[in-house]
Amino acid sequence: MRLVSAFVIGLVFGLGITVSGMINPAKVLNFFDLFGTWDPSLAFVMGGALAVAIPGYRLVLARQAPAMAPRFQLPDTQVVDLRLVLGSAVFGLGWGIAGFCPGGALPALGTGERDVYIFLAALVAGLLIARWLQARSALVTRPL
Amino acid sequence: METEFTPLASFGGGLLIGAAAVLLMALHGRILGATGILGGLFRLSDLSDWALRAALVAGMAAGPLVYLLATGTAPELGQPVPAWAVALGGLIVGLGVSYGGGCTSGHGVCGIARFSRRSVVATICFMASAVLTVFVLRHVV
Repeated sequence: MRLVSAFVIGLVFGLGITVSGMINPAKVLNFFDLFGTWDPSLAFVMGGALAVAIPGYRLVLARQAPAMAPRFQLPDTQVVDLRLVLGSAVFGLGWGIAGFCPGGALPALGTGERDVYIFLAALVAGLLIARWLQARSALVTRPL
Repeated sequence: METEFTPLASFGGGLLIGAAAVLLMALHGRILGATGILGGLFRLSDLSDWALRAALVAGMAAGPLVYLLATGTAPELGQPVPAWAVALGGLIVGLGVSYGGGCTSGHGVCGIARFSRRSVVATICFMASAVLTVFVLRHVV
């Protein structure tokens, strides 16, 4: 039941990404191209998502616990630091080059397009390199 | 390459994305962030956690197929950049989202929806950076 529900939730997300046009890197890049072939559609994607998620989260997080898990797992850090700012800026750089973001590319797996596999393979490589670098620096900076 | 302005479809798709985020929180108590879900697939410490992530990704990938069955047309995917740029961009995205702690779904939808200051800052940074990148690549270089 737990896995079936996760599959259905993934499907709702994947349909949303597909219907909205977020799945299409040409559309995503045009959203960023304010001074060229600008396509403002993706502002409506975010508007639609927040129109549901803001009131939905408010209702859900007022409960004691989720229905199928012992507790809510929310990030506990509140700190806005350089790592967050620079990391996000670097993400924007890659997004602007490729036109895919992780949430657009995972549903796009189902299209079988070659570029999606190239992007996801490179994305996973980047994730693993960052994980390795972070583990290394954690060893270096750990107090003796 | 021009693309058609689709406010209704995009808003409708956005509603579905928001609904998925709320459902995942209501049932499993988790943030629907593509970065976190994908990253966890490459961490084999907890099998039941891994299975949950795999089921989510399988559902996501089924999205375009269900769309094809329902509408009779495959979703349109343009190829606006060459394959090497897709690979380079992917690698950079992987590094950035790791240090930034999330991407469009985790920060841009889930984080903003719970009014996280970090997520608001992250979203402004990656959006501004993407606009700047596309400006430079399309109008300066």
